[in-house]
Amino acid sequence: MKQRKGRDELPGDKRATGTRGGKGPEEKAPDLSVTIGDLELRNPVMPASGTFGYGREYARLIDLERIGAIVTKGLSLRPKAGNPTPRIAETVGGMLNAVGLQNVGVDAFIRDKLPYLEGIATPVIANFFGNTLEEYGEVAARLADLPGVAAVEVNISCPNVKQGGIVFGTDPQAAHAVVSLVRRRIAKTMIVKLTPNITDITVIARAVEEAGADAVSCINTLTGMSIDIHSRRSRLANVTGGLSGPAIMPVALRMVYQVARQVRIPVIGIGGICSAGDALQFLIAGATAVQVGSANFVEPGVMVSIADGLARFCREQGIDYIRELIGSLVVD
Amino acid sequence: MKDFNTTILSNQEISPGFFRMRVLAPGFEEGLLPGQFVMMRIQRNPAPFLRRPFCIFRTGSLPAECDGLAVREYLELLYKVVGQGTAIMATLHGGDRVDILGPLGHGFDVDFGAGEAILVAGGIGVAPLFMLGETLIRQRRVELLLGARCREEVLAVTEFERQGIETYVSTDDGSLGRKGLVTEVLEQRLKEGTPAAVMACGPLPMLKEIHRICNSYGVPLQVSLESLMGCGVGACLGCVIKGAGHSEQSPRQLTVCEDGPVFRDGDIDWSQWP
Ligand SMILES: Cc1cc2nc3c(=O)[nH]c(=O)nc-3n(C[C@H](O)[C@H](O)[C@H](O)COP(=O)(O)OP(=O)(O)OC[C@H]3O[C@@H](n4cnc5c(N)ncnc54)[C@H](O)[C@@H]3O)c2cc1C
Ligand SMILES: Cc1cc2nc3c(=O)[nH]c(=O)nc-3n(C[C@H](O)[C@H](O)[C@H](O)COP(=O)(O)O)c2cc1C
Ligand code: FES
Repeated sequence: MKQRKGRDELPGDKRATGTRGGKGPEEKAPDLSVTIGDLELRNPVMPASGTFGYGREYARLIDLERIGAIVTKGLSLRPKAGNPTPRIAETVGGMLNAVGLQNVGVDAFIRDKLPYLEGIATPVIANFFGNTLEEYGEVAARLADLPGVAAVEVNISCPNVKQGGIVFGTDPQAAHAVVSLVRRRIAKTMIVKLTPNITDITVIARAVEEAGADAVSCINTLTGMSIDIHSRRSRLANVTGGLSGPAIMPVALRMVYQVARQVRIPVIGIGGICSAGDALQFLIAGATAVQVGSANFVEPGVMVSIADGLARFCREQGIDYIRELIGSLVVD
Repeated sequence: MKDFNTTILSNQEISPGFFRMRVLAPGFEEGLLPGQFVMMRIQRNPAPFLRRPFCIFRTGSLPAECDGLAVREYLELLYKVVGQGTAIMATLHGGDRVDILGPLGHGFDVDFGAGEAILVAGGIGVAPLFMLGETLIRQRRVELLLGARCREEVLAVTEFERQGIETYVSTDDGSLGRKGLVTEVLEQRLKEGTPAAVMACGPLPMLKEIHRICNSYGVPLQVSLESLMGCGVGACLGCVIKGAGHSEQSPRQLTVCEDGPVFRDGDIDWSQWP
């Protein structure tokens, strides 16, 4: 059966997608590697948490050793049932989700999911969250010494149930507190994932950098909603949900641009990325790497197509190292 | 499971609002189980963002032709136009291209004790039952109880009959077959004697009633369910339902895409639907 080839919307590109970067004999393959903390990634493309399961779900559809890293579904101290259904709703250029962080819990992850991932020669980034400060600390402690977990990504877009439900990631002090706590428990690379549902994202970015984050990733979903006019009900049981997909890309790009200028640590760009051209925009805006979320649902091979497209772009532009592109935005 | 970009062979309106799409799918039949489905990506502008799930109605192949065309294996979908995505699908023609991801999910279990099988379809719910009937008729007697709102919604009857499947049609308005609900036909039928299994697909209220009937007659039931789907492969957790014994403390949730879409009656917490 004909396997689908990558399809990127790079302007001017008429070449067929090579399967392994497709380098010609005379050409040197561009170096796509990037560094996030202690992590060396073969290329800057990885899945966004919650859109790629625990990795294995997509193993039959894409070669997991051709992406930069594997990012897990968000893990919590105990298994979490998540929200009632309907949990997803398609919107123009994207989707809303209110899955409610359903996951198997950190212990079941370590027992049932991690052994498979350890057999894949790609770094694993464990995304996690807590309902309280203490829970963040406990999950961090469990992930701290596992050789199979190369790095963690701390999702701070969650409400603190002990403090009237204020979202950690919307308050610089709360964000600082949770990140410092995790820092004390974990020596390995710590990425902190930021919420866009705030007036000035750079304030939080600076707070988590000061608290010891090795990198920030942005953005998580934008809060939104959609209504069925006949039933006059929200199309999500949870009423509101998180918007993702191409619709949020311009907002995400702006935030990455702003954050990258305010922190010295690497920024990972997330939001609506569907093609190599999209990923390149994030790199040029200042991102060191990118995460691809909802686009995986639509095109399971999209991350490999993006990695191929990045290599092609570099060759065409005579760029030897993709890192040269990071933050190369021209502002007149 | 594969994601492939392929060509539409034909896309015919078989009844007002109901279409039958045939797409080229070489090698697709290998390991395919009745009740599995595909996620179809529609690439027409404005393209809906998500893929759409459809059961595999049937597979087949066009013979080689003397003009040099080789054997062409295909798969067929039977679909109803209900919204934006299916409306765009209805405008596609032979030669247009679509992306198909599949086969996905767990299909019907056809390994059960001796005896007859009764298939129950509600409207477009007939779609996953054709391949099932094809498989089961090789082993046992098969009956199809096909319910629909009106005669225009009664689909594919002759194809079932051609397989040797006894087909009983009922419509809500009596425009074809017996007037009344297919669940009434089922209950009457079970009174006459119990089959080895009932297998059903259709609207949820119909499935709930079938669940009640089968339980009261002690007949094993398998149902094919629908749910909103993001990924179709168990990654997004958008499509979950509550499994039997689910509680907030020890969640037992099932994905319709990966654990289903076909479930045994006893695997599901039926109380989740009012
Ligand atoms: C496993 C499975 C198999 C299916 N098989 C068939 C089939 O063989 N033939 C057929 O006609 N239909 C089938 N359906 C239903 C079909 O997927 C929907 O009718 C279709 O997605 C509607 O798309 P739309 O854009 O026209 O509707 P819209 O209402 O515009 O769609 C909006 C969103 O809701 C989703 N949606 C709407 N209705 C349904 C539904 N009933 N089930 C799941 N998602 C829905 C869409 O996928 C989309 O994401 C199946 C559904 C599932 C889950
Ligand atoms: C179904 C779904 C589940 C998600 N689950 C998580 C999660 O568990 N943890 C997390 O940090 N982000 C989660 N996200 C957010 C994504 O990781 C990402 O930040 C967001 O979707 C924006 O990227 P995109 O536009 O490429 O999808 C989820 C997104 C979706 C669509
Ligand atoms: S549709 Fe994504 S988990 Fe079922």
